[in-house]
Amino acid sequence: MEILIQNIINALQFGSFYALIAVGYTLVYGVLLLINFAHGDIFMVGAYIAFFVATFFLGEYGLISPGAMSGMAVLMLSIPLTMVLTSCVGVTLERIAYRPLRNKGAHRLYVVITALMCGLILENGNLALLGASRKKFPELIDKAVWTFGNISVTNLKVAVIFTAIAVFLFLHFVVTRTKIGMAMRGISYDKFAIPLMGIPVNTIIVFTFILGSGFAGLAGFMFAMSYPILEPYMGALIGWKAFIAAVVGGIGDIRGAFLGGFLLGFIEIGVVAVFPSTLRDMMAFSVLLLILWWKPTGLFGVAKTTKI
Amino acid sequence: MQKYTFNAFLAAGAMAIVLFAHAGHMDLYIQSVLMLMGMNIILATSLNLVNGYMGEFSCGHAGFMCVGAYVSSLITVIFFTKDRVFGPALLDPSLAMWFFPVAVLVGGVVAALVGLVVALPSFKTRGDYLAIITLAVNYMVISGIENIDAIGGPRGFSGMKRVINSMHDTLDIPWMLIWVLAGTVFSVWLLRRFVASTYGKGIISICQDEVAAEIMSVNTNKMKLIAFMLSSGVAGIAGGLYAHAYGYVNPQSFNILKSTECMVMVYLGGMGSMSGAVLAAILFTLLVEALRFGIPALDGVMHTVGLLPDGYEISQVWKWVIIPLILILLMQFRPEGILGNKELSDVFPRLRKFYTFK
Repeated sequence: MEILIQNIINALQFGSFYALIAVGYTLVYGVLLLINFAHGDIFMVGAYIAFFVATFFLGEYGLISPGAMSGMAVLMLSIPLTMVLTSCVGVTLERIAYRPLRNKGAHRLYVVITALMCGLILENGNLALLGASRKKFPELIDKAVWTFGNISVTNLKVAVIFTAIAVFLFLHFVVTRTKIGMAMRGISYDKFAIPLMGIPVNTIIVFTFILGSGFAGLAGFMFAMSYPILEPYMGALIGWKAFIAAVVGGIGDIRGAFLGGFLLGFIEIGVVAVFPSTLRDMMAFSVLLLILWWKPTGLFGVAKTTKI
Repeated sequence: MQKYTFNAFLAAGAMAIVLFAHAGHMDLYIQSVLMLMGMNIILATSLNLVNGYMGEFSCGHAGFMCVGAYVSSLITVIFFTKDRVFGPALLDPSLAMWFFPVAVLVGGVVAALVGLVVALPSFKTRGDYLAIITLAVNYMVISGIENIDAIGGPRGFSGMKRVINSMHDTLDIPWMLIWVLAGTVFSVWLLRRFVASTYGKGIISICQDEVAAEIMSVNTNKMKLIAFMLSSGVAGIAGGLYAHAYGYVNPQSFNILKSTECMVMVYLGGMGSMSGAVLAAILFTLLVEALRFGIPALDGVMHTVGLLPDGYEISQVWKWVIIPLILILLMQFRPEGILGNKELSDVFPRLRKFYTFK
């Protein structure tokens, strides 16, 4: 019983990372119908930005005297700064790579390939610039372990899970209750009619990228705090998996992305708990394949009908 | 007679390459580049069938290559060599030179069967969802092979060199070069014939409009099944050749980066152009090899000019920044690739006189 609850908590933590990244995929896909394959690498860039921001505030670069700020203050300052800087990266990508293509009316596939290549540039550029040595994320807050019986929960795990839930509520509010969310849904519904209603399409798209990349940055920060070793390829696998989570949930639907993320977390932890851990990827992907086989548009997806 | 010029030229060229290599005028590096070029041509043309002609987005092509590589190298190692794991050779090693193409073809057939895993879901879904399925299959294949310890798991699998050596013992000619050339010509010929056939027309019609094709009595499910299986089977052949050319395979060498390489070649050449894919594969291989020398040269120049600090070197990793950058620029300025969906003979109509390579 204790093992079960312990595993559930671990699964929730893992699922939170997947969910936070899957949200970025699903937002961009919902608005632009574009799979932003570079998103996993934006997550990686977010983790690196978090590293540099945190070490900057801790005074490793000599501009701020070391020890001037407590770990908590550093955390409070770095999280928004990381989110802002990461969303700058996302928006830059949109501005220089995707928008020219969109303005030319290029086929959707070309944009997808551009995104894939942007991801490769980000990860290999990082490897080339910063070298293969892994970075160790500094410990910002003291780890508190709460034990209930035989179950132990760290404060970090609880923070990660609550962040994911808070982000979900926030995004759900933005998309369903605000004007800008209404515009986002409008663009995904009919992107030719929406400019006629006086809605600035490019602004909305930039806003979407800000939201998606910002939360990828947050996920990167959380991930770097939980697993404090950074390497350039960390975004690749987790990005693909989060993307698959988004698809299983039904891409374009925020509830689906969250559900898919947590589902993937549960599948992975469940597999690790029962089978040897090397089977994790294979089992996770097979289960997802079966789900897609059973419901080709994902759990929350709506099948499109083609009129002739 | 004129229309056989191209075939004669091709045969003469292949013969010349083999003779040069046999006489020792070609060092091993150039031979390996030529072999890589051949394998890339096979990969690019086979992926072009699905991504270009059929208009689906398959992004896990290296998974099938992995299956082909492992299956064919297992067959050759079990049958023709004395192995620590699999025991003595089941057949006389001198037969290896005759049965090698069979082993590679069996690898291709098994890869085609794995391709069913992609083909069957493709009946119900297309577009982005299919992209995930192909990707998941790529990861599943790699992860599955990493978990089978008998074939080396994550350490990789070797022993194919002994097969090649036994071929050399029987008759000393550059075997792998010959097989790769033969495999390349065979695959391109097969795919070219396929695309020019009625089946190929059906596949192109799926690309244009699936619903309309269905109405015009094209059996789209059958077409998709055939296209995916043929594409993955040919990729499996490329994998078998790859495994034997290098004598060592590792599941991680068939990961998403390799799949991306295949996609780069297809989109560089142009979607739905066989000659474009061939051209792009040649160009891409040359570009990668040129960067192998270009980057250290640039590094040296930058250091002598003094633009770079002393401790810093431009590493080979930059290759993987430059290649995606080229593709991004290509997408911005010529999204249809080098040839678009035209063949070389459409761009230069006079070539048709020399051209029956169908």
